[in-house]
Amino acid sequence: MASALINVPPKAKRGDVIEIRTLTSHIMETGFRRTAAGELVPRDIITSFTCRYNGTEIFRADLFPAIAANPYLSFFTVAKDSGKLEFEWIGDNGFVSTASASITVE
Amino acid sequence: MPSTRRQFLHLTVAAGTIPIVTIRPIEATPAMLGTAIRNVVGEAQLRTGKIRLDIPPLVENGNTVPMTVSVASPMTAADYVKSIHVFNEKNPQPNIGNFHLGPWAGRAQVSTRIRLADSQKVVAIARLSDDSFWQVAADVVVTLAACTEEVN
Repeated sequence: MASALINVPPKAKRGDVIEIRTLTSHIMETGFRRTAAGELVPRDIITSFTCRYNGTEIFRADLFPAIAANPYLSFFTVAKDSGKLEFEWIGDNGFVSTASASITVE
Repeated sequence: MPSTRRQFLHLTVAAGTIPIVTIRPIEATPAMLGTAIRNVVGEAQLRTGKIRLDIPPLVENGNTVPMTVSVASPMTAADYVKSIHVFNEKNPQPNIGNFHLGPWAGRAQVSTRIRLADSQKVVAIARLSDDSFWQVAADVVVTLAACTEEVN
């Protein structure tokens, strides 16, 4: 099963711009590679990533085969309120992976 | 007389075949890049500036190339970046990623790691809140290609 690494500052001042970094393990098979026998390896990638901050979507990404294996994403948000950041990865063959992190805003 | 006719035939054969053989494969994917960009931008004008693409100019391994796109924007409710789109020229498929953000981001910057199948141009486009589009391109030389290698 997939596992994810999330990096969110545990504490922030209200109004601070914070960086969120995520890494999830996934093969990101492009669908363009062939085996030694010449058969095409079927595509198996993560197609969508979403980050929600206390239930509101703050960042979304559409991913393509040109994203490297074990997709890494870094983005920013303004620390508004204490609460929860939720992450969701959706991909081919019914792949779904979620993770969450808490933040305290003072 | 016969020799000129032969020369003439040689010329027509050369003129008829060479463009088909050499030009088409080279133009195939850059045309796809143009189509992919038009799908996002539509008929809007693409301007240069505001957006910055940080990517190494020379990479040894195309399987994982770090890339950062940032846009000079105050990120206020009135003036912010709606989305960032990244494209390539010579991978089997022209899209790399679409990133949707808003004024709450505070800073219009996204980093990820990408695959490049060949030495090529990478294009990043930003869509601002006033629906203007800004682009930047970077050339990357790749020594080991990604995407199409054989599976062991």
